[in-house]
Amino acid sequence: MALSKKVKIAVTLVLLIALTLFCVFMDLSWVSADLSYSFSEIWDALMGNGTWSSNIIVRENNAPRVAVGIFVGAGLAVTGAAMQAVFRNPLASPYILGLSSGASLGAAIGMLFTIPFIPSLIVTPVLAFITCFATMVLVYAMSRSGGGVKTETLILSGVAVSSLLSALVSFLTFIAGDQLEGIVFWSMGNLGNASWDEIMFIAPIITLCSVLLITQAKPLNAMMIGDAHAMDLGVDVKRTRLFVLILSTMVVAAAVSFVGVIGFIGLVIPHILRILIGPDNRYVMPLSMVAGGCFILICDYLAHIIAPYYGTLPIGVATSLIGAPVFIYLLVRRRKEVGWS
Amino acid sequence: MELTLEVKDLHYTYGKHLVLDGVDLPIIEGEVIGILGPNGCGKTTLLRNLNKNLTPSGGCVMLDGTDLADLTKKDIAKEVAVVPQTNEVHFAFTVRDMVAMGRMPFQGMMGGASSEDERIIDDAIEKTGLTKYVDRHINTMSGGERQRVIIARAIAQTPKILLMDEPTLHLDISMQFDALNLVHKLSKETGMTVVIVSHDLAMVARYCDRIVMIHDHKVHAIGRPEDVLTEENMRVVFNVDAELFFDKKINKYSVMLHDSLNSF
Repeated sequence: MALSKKVKIAVTLVLLIALTLFCVFMDLSWVSADLSYSFSEIWDALMGNGTWSSNIIVRENNAPRVAVGIFVGAGLAVTGAAMQAVFRNPLASPYILGLSSGASLGAAIGMLFTIPFIPSLIVTPVLAFITCFATMVLVYAMSRSGGGVKTETLILSGVAVSSLLSALVSFLTFIAGDQLEGIVFWSMGNLGNASWDEIMFIAPIITLCSVLLITQAKPLNAMMIGDAHAMDLGVDVKRTRLFVLILSTMVVAAAVSFVGVIGFIGLVIPHILRILIGPDNRYVMPLSMVAGGCFILICDYLAHIIAPYYGTLPIGVATSLIGAPVFIYLLVRRRKEVGWS
Repeated sequence: MELTLEVKDLHYTYGKHLVLDGVDLPIIEGEVIGILGPNGCGKTTLLRNLNKNLTPSGGCVMLDGTDLADLTKKDIAKEVAVVPQTNEVHFAFTVRDMVAMGRMPFQGMMGGASSEDERIIDDAIEKTGLTKYVDRHINTMSGGERQRVIIARAIAQTPKILLMDEPTLHLDISMQFDALNLVHKLSKETGMTVVIVSHDLAMVARYCDRIVMIHDHKVHAIGRPEDVLTEENMRVVFNVDAELFFDKKINKYSVMLHDSLNSF
């Protein structure tokens, strides 16, 4: 028994890594609807030995997009897994609880207004973090009753707060007029704007926070059974919850600041992994990182090929096209499992 | 007679509501002690104070001479295990995963089970008769089955003290006996102290060495079953007409419930 579980996890990991490598290749190879590069052309371009155009397309367009996608996907997926454990609810995720909208409000404010005291380089992520954390506290406080969090109230609070925040972002978008080009992409996400400088900024944040989240995997397992159970097993529940929520907020804020709102990764990926390898966070969380990076690349590739003559679809549209049906499926067909009974 | 847990002048307020009003309770090592009281009298709150799940508003709880306030949750969990009232679980942990969590207080941050841990886990599963169910998923089990898994987890915690909150609530009648027989036997064999919160008078009379009756947020009576479960006490605390009798067939006390004394 114990062996077969380990084998299952190892096989899943190997397949995921293989799939991710394939996706990296596909995404790097994209040129246009009619043209894509071969493996050797990509390799030459990455090494700087390609043609003039392949050097630019692979190294300056495709590679940063792939790199930022992997970090954002990995971060959002592991955050989703952690939040589902903290809220004891398989439907919790940064997008559904309104954290992404929260972060986008702060980021929008940071882009539109001059804020004193905060260095301009980090003003957007810092404000995104503040509003994102405030959103988390608000949604959690709204849905808490008598020591527990009910699925219905949690989701409804998330939806309500999220709509309000999205409206505020739209309002800012409306009054901002011309400054606004940069803001529009937030509602639907965009990997294409990322520069290597930005990647150097968010990659360490997301990596560090994700690794710290994974160190909480065992306490989170116990919290999935219930807060009281976790306390009985020696877990400092309040401290763990605060730690996990702050780390999650940092990941979401970093991701949203640079690529906008990309929904459903945090919901779909941990859920699929739990079906494949069971709910143990010590395995679900690290594998979520790989699968999240992989999923976002698949979506990015789809975003390019779905309507190639109209340009690239915003990545958030692609993740939602896949993720929203999964969410509906969970609500309708697996009510009991997701606590919606 | 060594004291293992000692509750001293414990006060607990929940918001403005006073739940425990100066409870003193010495718990003797190796005994099975029952905490009885009607709903809302504060017995579950008392239990949750015994492993620092709740922090007292006044007074203290000593574990082997050390104030719980000075111990970490993890240190306490090495000594004290709990069987709480069950709740639904929405994640598909297997029975074995659940029982294995009982070893958490003894393990490092990320580490898995040692071979010693594995042996203890197997043993707990066998003792609770769950061997056939190790691969079942907890989210598909009934309340009674979950309760048994939680009892197995608590046993895997190899505690010196076991706290049980209404352990028989979701169980079939035969399983109520099985669960309490098992715990009683473990207590007598290994010297484990057991604290049972319940409102089942007959079960507590039968299995407990001593009984504490909580009434109006205070200790109303404490002592052996025959001294505490008097007709007078049961009338005052539970508002029932009941009597304690000695069941010769099992050589233990039991309670005969005659009627409620409420007048509608």
